[in-house]
Amino acid sequence: MAYEMIVLTNMLIAILFAQSLNLITGFCGQVSLGHAAFLGIGAYTSAMLTKSGLPLVATFIPAMVIAGTIGLFVGAASLRVRHDFLAITTMGVSFLFTGIIRKQDMLGGEMGIAGIPSPEGGRVGLLLMALCLTILFIIVMIYIKRSWMGYVFDSIAEDEDTASIIGIDVRRFKLFAFILGTAGAGLAGALYAHQVRFIGPDSFGFVESVTVLSMVIVGGIGSIWGVTIAAALLSVMPQFFQVIDDYKLLVYGMLLFLAMRFLPEGLGGLTKTFRKDRGQT
Amino acid sequence: MSARTETQPILEVKDITVTFGGLKAVDRASLSLYDNELLGFIGPNGAGKTTLMRAIIGMITPVSGHIILAGQDISRCRIVERINLGMALAQQIIKPLKDMTLLDNVALAAGGDKLLSPVKAILNRSRQQQQEVANSLLREVGLAHSVHKYPTELPLGYLKRLEVARALARQPKVLLLDEPLAGLSKTEAEGMANLIMSLPRKGRSVILIEHNLAQVRRICKTLYVQHNGCHLAFGETEDVLANRDVQLAYLGKSE
Repeated sequence: MAYEMIVLTNMLIAILFAQSLNLITGFCGQVSLGHAAFLGIGAYTSAMLTKSGLPLVATFIPAMVIAGTIGLFVGAASLRVRHDFLAITTMGVSFLFTGIIRKQDMLGGEMGIAGIPSPEGGRVGLLLMALCLTILFIIVMIYIKRSWMGYVFDSIAEDEDTASIIGIDVRRFKLFAFILGTAGAGLAGALYAHQVRFIGPDSFGFVESVTVLSMVIVGGIGSIWGVTIAAALLSVMPQFFQVIDDYKLLVYGMLLFLAMRFLPEGLGGLTKTFRKDRGQT
Repeated sequence: MSARTETQPILEVKDITVTFGGLKAVDRASLSLYDNELLGFIGPNGAGKTTLMRAIIGMITPVSGHIILAGQDISRCRIVERINLGMALAQQIIKPLKDMTLLDNVALAAGGDKLLSPVKAILNRSRQQQQEVANSLLREVGLAHSVHKYPTELPLGYLKRLEVARALARQPKVLLLDEPLAGLSKTEAEGMANLIMSLPRKGRSVILIEHNLAQVRRICKTLYVQHNGCHLAFGETEDVLANRDVQLAYLGKSE
């Protein structure tokens, strides 16, 4: 039972993490190859705070605020560029984060942080917290999608120049998406740190950024349900099939390639096509 | 020319120069536009018309000159600020949002401050008011029958009208139209020109860049001509078209 609970908690954290990137890449069309850095910022913030005696619940807001604030600065600098340039810039953020962490003794340096306290309520408590926060985040995502913000994001994701000509403050909206998305990643990081109870710089490297991006692409850029399913499947697979864990980068890289080549709208696009077909018959 | 008897132009373009590398695409261009006016803007290919239009709206930064809208110098404003101060552009190469219906394309542009503030955007869900505006504008441009269609389902003539409706949704003081008749058949061009003729009114003026001289002659009372990036002529349409320099540069004849 304990094993199933770990798998389920991992799955929920992966969904939350993938949805936070879906907000930036899916909703607003900004590709990020450094999203794991913000998972790391949340994880380190939360781990340091619980190690100093705070309960895990009290670290959620600081983890989100610090990840979101750093997201604001990174976004302000990197969102001036677009497309492949943005991808390369955000990739740099990923390397920068691990590079800085390695040199910080206060943050455990190369050795990372061990002995992160067990969350209140043990494994069950963590599972319930992950469940509640993931559901809450998905509800927020659905709300955003249906609000004027989702409407504006759709136009920015499709064509930034047209959005500008319409009178949309593209820069401000992109930055807002980045702040929300990185804060979401920070929240996922807080849960993650207390799930694994040991974190190091390598837990939040480029591979993790590619992994979460492949969840969003395979799920269907911008599709809340597609990304939820993809994140659930792709996070569980390595735990059941050791070979996937051994060749993680290869498998996720291949999935990214296959999805972009044969299923550019991802799983979400499949359901859209299916619904259209049914509508026509 | 009744609009020109007013003292204060709604738009003043003063000595705008735009360079691309070593090339001067626009050289000290100046023009003024008055309220309720339809100003034709013509010139041969490569004259720098679209470049000047883009400099006016803020897509290109000129190396010198000033742009004054309703008495306010907007030369340093970003494109989004200029649009929210009362400018709108219908581009030559139409760019509808393909994943949205015509109604949603126009309603989005009617979003007002929700397009500027993410906080206002996240706190508002209803699109009813904007959709009513969009419905009325799409009716005005002759697209009432296609409001729920997607841009990919419609021909160029309809999309050109959509571009105009979307620009109108911004409630512009100055509407810039960049070759709205390009690519249209003779009948479509005539219909579109009739629509353009109906656009100027109190509080709204139009600059029309166009190559279709027959339609420009029919609907514009004043013309501004640019050649090789420089101002060539300005005045009443018939006088300008009779100008020898204009005929030589633009029409390729000297008699």
